[in-house]
Amino acid sequence: MSLEIRNLHARIAANGTEILRGLDLTVEAGKVHAIMGPNGSGKSTLSKVLGGHPDYEVTEGEVLLDGVNVLGMEPDVRSRAGLFLAFQYPMEIPGVSNANFLRAALQARLPEGEELEATDYYARLYEKMDMLEMDRKFTARSVNDGFSGGEKKRNEILQMLMLEPKYAILDETDSGLDIDALKIVSSGVNAMRGPGRGFLVITHYQRLLDYIVPDVVHVLVGGRIEHTGGKELALELEAKGYDWIKDDIAQAVSA
Amino acid sequence: MSTELLEATDQAKQIDIDRTAGNFSYPEQHTFDAGTGLSHATVDYISDVKNEPDWIREYRHKALDVFLSKPMPTHWASHDLENIIFQNIRYYLANGQKPTRSWEEVPDDVKKTFERLGIPEQERKFLAGVEAQFDSEAVYSNMKKALGDQGVIFVGSTEGLKEHPEIFRKWFGKVIPTGDNKFSALNSAVFSGGSFIYVPPGVKVKHPLQAYFRINAENFGQFERTLIIADEGSEVMYMEGCTAPKFETATLHSAVVELVAMKGAKLQYVTVQNWSANVFNLVTKRAIAHEEAEVKWIDCNIGSRLTMKYPGVVLKGRKARGEVISIALASDGQHQDTGAKMIHAADETTSNIVSKSISVGTGRATYRGLVHIPKHLKGCKNNTECDALLINSTSRTDTYPAITVRGTGNSSQHEASVSQISAEQIFYMQQRGLTEAQAMSLSVNGFVNDLVRQFPMEYSVELKRLIDLEMEGSVG
Repeated sequence: MSLEIRNLHARIAANGTEILRGLDLTVEAGKVHAIMGPNGSGKSTLSKVLGGHPDYEVTEGEVLLDGVNVLGMEPDVRSRAGLFLAFQYPMEIPGVSNANFLRAALQARLPEGEELEATDYYARLYEKMDMLEMDRKFTARSVNDGFSGGEKKRNEILQMLMLEPKYAILDETDSGLDIDALKIVSSGVNAMRGPGRGFLVITHYQRLLDYIVPDVVHVLVGGRIEHTGGKELALELEAKGYDWIKDDIAQAVSA
Repeated sequence: MSTELLEATDQAKQIDIDRTAGNFSYPEQHTFDAGTGLSHATVDYISDVKNEPDWIREYRHKALDVFLSKPMPTHWASHDLENIIFQNIRYYLANGQKPTRSWEEVPDDVKKTFERLGIPEQERKFLAGVEAQFDSEAVYSNMKKALGDQGVIFVGSTEGLKEHPEIFRKWFGKVIPTGDNKFSALNSAVFSGGSFIYVPPGVKVKHPLQAYFRINAENFGQFERTLIIADEGSEVMYMEGCTAPKFETATLHSAVVELVAMKGAKLQYVTVQNWSANVFNLVTKRAIAHEEAEVKWIDCNIGSRLTMKYPGVVLKGRKARGEVISIALASDGQHQDTGAKMIHAADETTSNIVSKSISVGTGRATYRGLVHIPKHLKGCKNNTECDALLINSTSRTDTYPAITVRGTGNSSQHEASVSQISAEQIFYMQQRGLTEAQAMSLSVNGFVNDLVRQFPMEYSVELKRLIDLEMEGSVG
């Protein structure tokens, strides 16, 4: 069981600029992989391409979710197949309450004619909200509307806890969080770690990986994975920056 | 939607706003038919059949002259008005002259029509009184006995003018004079049906009174006339729903609705308009609010080919309050030209206008607002908000606010916005598992959510369902 990305090439649909250039990566169920990389290396593009964002075109490669290629699927089909994307910039949906939104998302996973049981739903929702230290009033507020950066990120994790995906991609979930919020969000993610679930944690800073300790760390540069190592690689990157990897690539090319 | 499917749907939810639910008709069996075309003979026919007093016959003839003398208002309004061929319309069609008080006595086809639309069921559930109009006349009219004992009157316009002339004549045509516009003149000439309501001082009618307007015949014009008087300190809520089958030819609906709220009275008027897409819906609605009275129009336009309707309140007494809450949904080929008028005519009067429109496909939504606060008044306030949502790149919206506020102690605040549902928003919602159509529906419902909450529960559920249906068709 894995989320397997094979030789993925993707470009911006509007102008043809290639961003991902042959990316290979396999996230096994039960593991946490981290992707780090300098600005502009393609980290956010990767998460959007995996989610099926219409702004990007895949020109080559495959993305196999437990062996099934998801690239031809609509974003909602991928979601229901078990792929979750925690957004770097979650969208606001004015007038739609968090409770109704999550309810609709869960309802969409049930077979035709089956209704979500309201009592169980609210019991689960409150349990997860308590875990993330979220106020009950939050259920009636419109999705992300007027939320602080930290509240939005917490909301992403709440949605993940409720939807229980097989594979979750966290795109810069740490940005905009203070240290207390970071701890709460991380504990939510850690609570979900287990043998049946894989995580791909995209981050610019090592700080998040102190709380969500990865099994594998990858370095993304120029649209490819250029380096892979254990959790200690994150510390090395924090101390030395990304230049040494870029230098390695340059040497390899000139050699 | 097939008939089988329709009937299998939960009848309790079949109110009157699902477009497909109204699209059926029964063969015509009219005892009274004024024929096709409009002339003074048509007016005499209607007056004869109704056995009306002379004053009303004269009133009709004068109104017809006014109608004929007035040009179409196409210097500001849609040229689609020119497609109304007045000589091809039938102006009066009825089976009988007096509505029955008993549902059992309603003719079978008519009964089947209203039962399919869920009318008797709603009456049992949550209404204080119901009137059901089929083409030109009400076929059924009933009110809870307790209200009658308190002196509440709820009858058709003909019965109102004959049986209660002392109240009827005092107010009829006073809020909206014949010559107000071409279509108010037309209505004044050929009106039939509609409601006459009088609520005595201090009586609070707890449950809504409802009228249901149904057009069954082709090439027909429905011209109901409604007059509601809420006497001092009384309270009443009136709801109207309308449907028609979808015929190939254009149908005309041109109502006049006059409301009078006496000192301290509270009057709410709720409309859910779901005419089929061949109906020209050209309606004049206005209220007079006396001292400390409150009038609220809740207006929802979903159906029709062209709707032109600007409910208004003349704030005549000190501290009177007027409000218009309006939702318009303009789909392919539809033009919803709606808005509000607030005429401040006394000190410390306040008005509030909140309008939201959604344009889908080639639909067009227009907002026209008129707010008038003259210089000599003090302490008047107006708030106007109009928001438009465009779904497709072919959708259209226009806003024409006319706000005149003079004098030092008066204020008006106006906000307008046009928005689109962004691709990012849809992607976000799809990433959580909703289909594109579900994501659109949820966003659109979110856009009107704060207004929908002001509708009676039964209507808001249906409104949501209808938006879902419209959005299913707008994507892909």
